[in-house]
Parts: sequence; C-alpha cells; structure tokens
Amino acid sequence: MNLLEVRDLVCGYDGEEVIKGLSFSVQSGEFLGILGPNGAGKTTLFRAITGVLKHSSGKIYYQEKELLEIPAREIAREIAVLPQILEISFSFSVEEFVRMGRFSHRGRLEGFRKEDEIAVEKAMETTGILNLKSRSVNQLSGGERQRVLLAQALAQEPSLLLLDEPTAHLDISHQVEICDLIKNLNREKSLTVIMVLHDLNLASDYCDQLILINKGKLYKIGPPEEVLTYQIIEEVYKTTVVVRQNPVSFRPHIFLVPKERIT
Amino acid sequence: MKKINFFIFLIVILIVSLIFSIMFGGVSISFKDVIYTIFHPKIVDSNQTIIWKIRIPRVILGLFIGAGLAVSGCVFQGMLRNPLADPYTLGVSGGAALGASIGIIFRFEKFLGYYGLPLFAFIGAFISISLIYLLALRRNLSVTTLILIGVVLSFLFSAIVTLILSVSDPQKVHLTIIWLMGDLSLADSGLILPVSLFVIPGILILFLFSRDMDLLTLGEEKARHLGVDVKLIRRVLFLFSSIITGACVSSSGIIGFVGLMVPHFIRGFTGPGHRILLPASAIGGAILLVLADTLARTIISPLELPVGVITGIFGGIFFLIFFLRSKRKEIF
Repeated sequence: MNLLEVRDLVCGYDGEEVIKGLSFSVQSGEFLGILGPNGAGKTTLFRAITGVLKHSSGKIYYQEKELLEIPAREIAREIAVLPQILEISFSFSVEEFVRMGRFSHRGRLEGFRKEDEIAVEKAMETTGILNLKSRSVNQLSGGERQRVLLAQALAQEPSLLLLDEPTAHLDISHQVEICDLIKNLNREKSLTVIMVLHDLNLASDYCDQLILINKGKLYKIGPPEEVLTYQIIEEVYKTTVVVRQNPVSFRPHIFLVPKERIT
Repeated sequence: MKKINFFIFLIVILIVSLIFSIMFGGVSISFKDVIYTIFHPKIVDSNQTIIWKIRIPRVILGLFIGAGLAVSGCVFQGMLRNPLADPYTLGVSGGAALGASIGIIFRFEKFLGYYGLPLFAFIGAFISISLIYLLALRRNLSVTTLILIGVVLSFLFSAIVTLILSVSDPQKVHLTIIWLMGDLSLADSGLILPVSLFVIPGILILFLFSRDMDLLTLGEEKARHLGVDVKLIRRVLFLFSSIITGACVSSSGIIGFVGLMVPHFIRGFTGPGHRILLPASAIGGAILLVLADTLARTIISPLELPVGVITGIFGGIFFLIFFLRSKRKEIF
C-alpha cells in the first residue's frame, strides 16, 4: 500500500504556480530524498505535503485518505515534520520542548501518562540528548538543536518523518550524525522518511530513492544510481560535474569542476 | 517542587496585599479591627461600613481586573509571539475609551442606567478587537504590523476622544478624563458580579488551552505539525481574551502596563509554560493592581489618584530598567 501518494499536484503562492503537475508515491519503509536546484519547488512541495500550503489542484493521499481532510491532531500522530527554520522565542527547557511532541496523543484534560513519559524518554535517548534535558532550547548549538527537534518529532511516534534540509548550517560531523540517526530509525523502526536535501552526495549516500524536480515538475525518480548521472545533473543544474563511485558506500559521488579546469 | 513553592508564595503575598489594601485609605483601620470586622460582618459600626461597603468591593474588583488584564496580556503575547502584545498596544483599550467617552458625553447612561458606561466601553473594545482579529486572521499580517496597526488605532481613537471632549461640557470632561486614566473609585459591589462573570470563566477556559498556547509560541506551522487546530484555537483565544479585556477596561477605564508587565515578570520565575504562567500571572496581576490601588488611594490622601497613573509610572520605569539591564538582545 502507498503510504503517501501525490497525484497531479499543482500549487504555489498568490496565483503563481511553483509546482506544475507532479505525481509520485512513497511506500512504507522507504527513505526518499527530494532534490532540485534552487527555485525548483522543493520547499513548496514540502509545504504542500505537510499540509501547510493548500494546493490549487491535484490530490495528496495519506494511507488512501485525503491529507487535507484529516484533522490536525490525527495527522500529528502519523506524520512528524522538521522544518528548515524554527524560531523559538520562549526559553522552554529541552525536556518541556520534547514533551510537546506528545500533544496529539493526550486529551485536553489528561495529565502526562506513563506511556507519554516512556515515549519522551526514548526519544531523548535515541537522539542522545538526555544530558541536555534541563538546558534551555534557545541556548543550544546548531547540532544540539537539530537533535532536540528530532527528539520532539520522535516523541510524536510517527509513521512518516518529513525533513526540510535537516543538515543546513551544520558542519560535516553533525551532518553525518543527524543523517546516521535518521538512517537508523528508518532501518530499525521502519520509519518512512522523506527528506529535502541540497547536498547531492549526502542524498546519494543515505537515500534509497531520489526524486529530482526541475522547474516545478518531476524530472526523474529512482535509486541514486539512476538519478545522479552526469548527464542528468548537467542538464538540470547547468553545471559541469564528474560522477564517480564513493569507494565505501558504492553510491554515486559528484565532483564539482572549476570552470578554468575544463579544457 | 519549586513551582509549587512559588505558587504558595504568590498566594501569601496576595492575601497580605488584600488585607493591607483593606487597612489603608482615607481612614486607616488596624489589622486587628480588619480581621474582627471581616469575621463579624453583622456588627454595624463605622468600620463595618467602610470595610464591607467601600473597601472590600473595591479590592475584589481590583483583584478581578488585575487578574483579567494580566491573563489576557499573557495570552496575546504567547499567541502573537511578541513581548509587546497586550490589550493596550493592540488598540483594544483605545477602542473601549472611545466607546466610553461617547457614552459619557452623549448621556447614554440616561437610557441604560448604571451599566451604560461599561456597556459602551465594552462595545468599543469589541469593535477594535474585531478589527485586529479580522486583520490578523484574514489578511495574515505579521505581528509587528498588527502591533503597529494597534498603536495607530490607539492614536486615532484618542484623537477622536479629544475631539469629543473639546466640544463637550467641562464637568463631563473631567469625569471622562478620570475614567480614561484608569480608576477603581467608581467601583462598587454592583460591578463585581458582571466583571467576575466574564473574567472568572474566561480565565478558566483560557487555562484549558495552555498546552495549545505553548505550542503556538513555536509558530503556527510547527504548532499545526504537532497537532494544534491552529485556526480554531486562535479564534477561541482571541475571543476569550478580548471578552476579558472588554469586561476589565469597561469597568475601570484604561489601566496600562498590567498586561504587559506581569506576564513578563512572572515568566522569569516560572518559565514560559502556560499551565503555570497563566494562573501565576492571574495572581500576580491581582497583587499588582490591588497594591497600586492602595497607593493611589493613600499617596495624596484625602484626594485620590487614578490607579492608571500609578501603574503607568511604575510600569514605565520598570520596563525601562528591565530593557536596559537585560543583556540578551531578545526580551524573552
């Protein structure tokens, strides 16, 4: 069964179409990367499948139900979202912040139950932030912050995790740390992951399926080997590249070529 | 637990302030006599009249209004994610002032009796909050724009109030000005019931949404992803905090800074979680207004100052010191 299905999606802002008819589906347990040049519509597509942006035509189904018709509380128990930027203006403690992930599981008058306690504890343990528990969320480093956000998302106990460039603004060690964490969740807990990425090599090494969008349309969908060929990249990104194999992961690796070296 | 201690501490201060406020005024009454009269309400003497007929109604009204203003300030700040949001800056109080001065000057109290003035103020408050609400929800304006609009509305309303005052009979002008400055001296037991009918259920209902408010401080998108029905909740919060504001402003005039100052101050002790912040702000607001009113009654006795002057002066100074001393750039 398709976990998520996008059919002929058209959406944008103020009448200007950014996504111009796009279809794909995601199976349960998949690790999917969404790629594309700046302005191709990655974030717009992301906002549509997270239900924030209303689409002007086409359909999005989650487990065969229309996404926009599912109440927010119900969706939050199924889909967790990590936005690219989150401004936290109040100084909640890390633990309070992760606990917010349990909102959709509790009734309005219900206290914090045993199962909520366990979910929060597990989420913090998985992401390795137990030692940050009582720190304030707006005093964390970039890497810590990303892990705390991820912990909050995991406390929702979702079946689908959506991430918009989780590695932006992180150094390489934290990039790998976050991606490894997500990969583990995908492998061991069969959490389905859809991730918007800028970095082609990270996408290649971690994702099983890639979607390449260009000018609001689906350009290519498939495993990294099929999507990340130099012909496709040069066509979509208008940049000369060399593609070789990563000697460890055996996935395609993209090398950039400075213009003066092209002879 | 630290937070429970803080609550007990607040409640003790509240009780002390209440007694303190009953003791002082045009005539001082000793602590012993206050306690005696409170527990023997049937013995008729001058203390009984002063305490039961004048001071207690006023103190209770101050308590409800202080709590109401602080809670609605707290809700506006959380919902709009801005430290400067409160009934005053959003133009609600200005709208109430306009409504009230129209009421006073055109003598609508003749037809509506005792409740004429509060009713007009309430209508004024409601019209301006509806404007803000429509702008906030329908046109999706940023919070900064909303606050600017609120400030502009306040100026506009106050200009119209001045216009009305300058063409009116001086005696009424004096009454209107006292009202505009925020004053509990018009308070009597007749206002307590209607005010409490709005403020108490309002605060209780808002309290039920404390967790939703916590999530809304992360922004609408994140709140939605975590399961908050943002549209509905915003409507509920707007509605009830405006009703509370309307009830407070219409019975006491414009008492500034309570909604701005109290949640700020309390947040420093309790953290930003609304389940604690909201009730603690209610108590804090009550304490502040009851004490400010005591000061207003005694400082130039036998004359009285409008309590809005006290909260305005202390609030202004408090805020300046607070901003200058805080080393962080963000205020939260």
